[in-house]
Amino acid sequence: MSEAAPPAAGEWRRTSPLSFAVRAITGLKNLIFPVAALLFGTNAVRGEAMWVFPAIAGMVLFSSLFTWIGWRHFRYRIGEDDIRVERGLFSRTARSVPYERIQDVSLEQAPVPRLFGMAEVKFETGAGGKDELKIGYVTEAEGTALRETVRARKSGDAAARGSVEAAPEAGSLTLFAMDTRRLLTFGLFEFSLVVFAVLGGAAQQFDFLLPFDIWDPDNWMRLVAGQGHWLRELGFAAQAIGATLALAALALVGLVTGVGRTVLRDYGFRLEETPKGLRRRRGLLTRTDVVMPVHRVQALQVTTGILRRRWGWHGLSVVSLAQDAKAGNHVVVPFARMEEIEPVVDVAGFDLPASDTEWRRPSARHRFDQAMLGAVPLGLAALAVPIVNSRFGQPLELPLLASAALLALAAFFAVREHFLWRRDRHAVDARHVFVRRGWLAPRLDIASRLKLQSVEISQGPLARRRGYADLKFGVAGGSLELGGIPLEDARAIRRAVLGSIASVDFSRLP
Amino acid sequence: MEQGAGDGDELTPLHPNYVKAVRIGTLIFALPLVGAALVLEFADLLPRGAFLVPVLLLALYLIIRTPLRRYQARGYQMGADRLRVVRGLIFRSDTVVPFGRVQHIDVHQGPLERGYGLATLVLHTAGNHNASVSLPGLGHDDAMAMREDIRAHVKRETL
Repeated sequence: MSEAAPPAAGEWRRTSPLSFAVRAITGLKNLIFPVAALLFGTNAVRGEAMWVFPAIAGMVLFSSLFTWIGWRHFRYRIGEDDIRVERGLFSRTARSVPYERIQDVSLEQAPVPRLFGMAEVKFETGAGGKDELKIGYVTEAEGTALRETVRARKSGDAAARGSVEAAPEAGSLTLFAMDTRRLLTFGLFEFSLVVFAVLGGAAQQFDFLLPFDIWDPDNWMRLVAGQGHWLRELGFAAQAIGATLALAALALVGLVTGVGRTVLRDYGFRLEETPKGLRRRRGLLTRTDVVMPVHRVQALQVTTGILRRRWGWHGLSVVSLAQDAKAGNHVVVPFARMEEIEPVVDVAGFDLPASDTEWRRPSARHRFDQAMLGAVPLGLAALAVPIVNSRFGQPLELPLLASAALLALAAFFAVREHFLWRRDRHAVDARHVFVRRGWLAPRLDIASRLKLQSVEISQGPLARRRGYADLKFGVAGGSLELGGIPLEDARAIRRAVLGSIASVDFSRLP
Repeated sequence: MEQGAGDGDELTPLHPNYVKAVRIGTLIFALPLVGAALVLEFADLLPRGAFLVPVLLLALYLIIRTPLRRYQARGYQMGADRLRVVRGLIFRSDTVVPFGRVQHIDVHQGPLERGYGLATLVLHTAGNHNASVSLPGLGHDDAMAMREDIRAHVKRETL
């Protein structure tokens, strides 16, 4: 089998023989637990140890045999109008995916296959993500060839319908790339304490390995009591220094985690405009290479964070038919200035809101009601605590403190709603619907009016009495909602948008 | 009621049998609860009627009054290129699906609906929100006719 030659149509092919090696090696990690059990379970004194190594060898052989059978009985065919995959020895599965239903083709390289120069080809069909068609593993060259073949067939089909963009540029244009400095800056903003959650989870999983029961508070009391005794003798200054050091260590761990995760995920990030769509490559150990056809993009999201916003950093993700709510899956620009995001938005066929866009705000009544719903119960609770307490004749300091905390929380809710009212806005122009939501890290959704699927106006009992409504749009692969806008606004937007939707049929969408 | 207000056109009410079908459905749902109330009543835990009377009153309200109000709250409007579905007593919603965005169409009949000659029309769209919009309580023939209308429209557009 010649590896790099583009696969001819109508010919059954197997994946590369090396993929058997790759699978055998990745399969080894499934053996870790049985082997560990074997090692712990055998008693060296009684001479059982001599059986351990043959047993391990047997397991490895057995697992390799299954891998080999799996490889031997997996074949695929690039047909005239579909891709077919057959697999299985005893229970055979045959699947056919027509080219028109393939949304994205992506190449994924996990560390082990990458060592061998292999890649897994994934065909996203938009059928809920789980049942994707995967062909693994083929050589990188064959993977690329496979992708090109599928794309050529796809776009040939599209050209027949006359809907492919006239972009005969053979080369690809880099829209966005991240250098090391940008990557590290991004990492700093991705500050994360998730490592503690992971450690906690691991501790729970493997607590049998720990010298004492970490979930028993008595152990901790003993530990802290000992330390506390020792701490008390140190004096206030030393305690303050200790606390500062502890906080600094926490911050350091958070920063290191953030930078580490970011570098792993986004190393060598590159977004290119190719005739077939937006092509994104990224990853340090697992490199992914995804192409998103531009005409499949349903909506865009411009995101930011509480802190990064202060320095003018934003991100851009696309909502597409192939996506099924997997976060971060379709980030096209993770961390950039608005000037860098603008050309990408342009290539995707959308516009950022113009400076003279007429923004509208949600109903002030809606915000007022929300503030009341948040603050009034808390305020009542704040009142109730001292009253109930005085009936039981307890000392007053603690309940007063609790009341103050509840009142502060109530005030926070009210203030938040006020800022949300000031910040939230929406606009409709000739081609788009823009929705900006959020107080500290506002998000801007940009949806194409043509690509909306349905429009719903919904009202709860309060909303009906007070004359506002939620306007919800059906978006393929995402959601778009304008909460709490005045009813007349909702009706006007719906009328306008429906006019443009109904004039273009789904199958003729650009 | 604010049905139809703002968008000018009047809503088409559902088939009158819808009220009966919903009543029977509620009755089937309420029977076990009434039975449970009877059992508690005979257990002599509280003074006579403390369980049975409120449960019976509530069941009667749900069986007689609610289906009628629900029927009045529902409605649809079949336009030249879109279907509008209005529903909800407390939480009202008013959905419009353009025929150009319909992926496929179901006409569904449960056993109760079949007894009353009713059907539910379900429109599937590609959106995540409102992936399927259902309109219950149509006469079966109406539902079939509507389906043909919508399908003809979809076909005309794609050809």
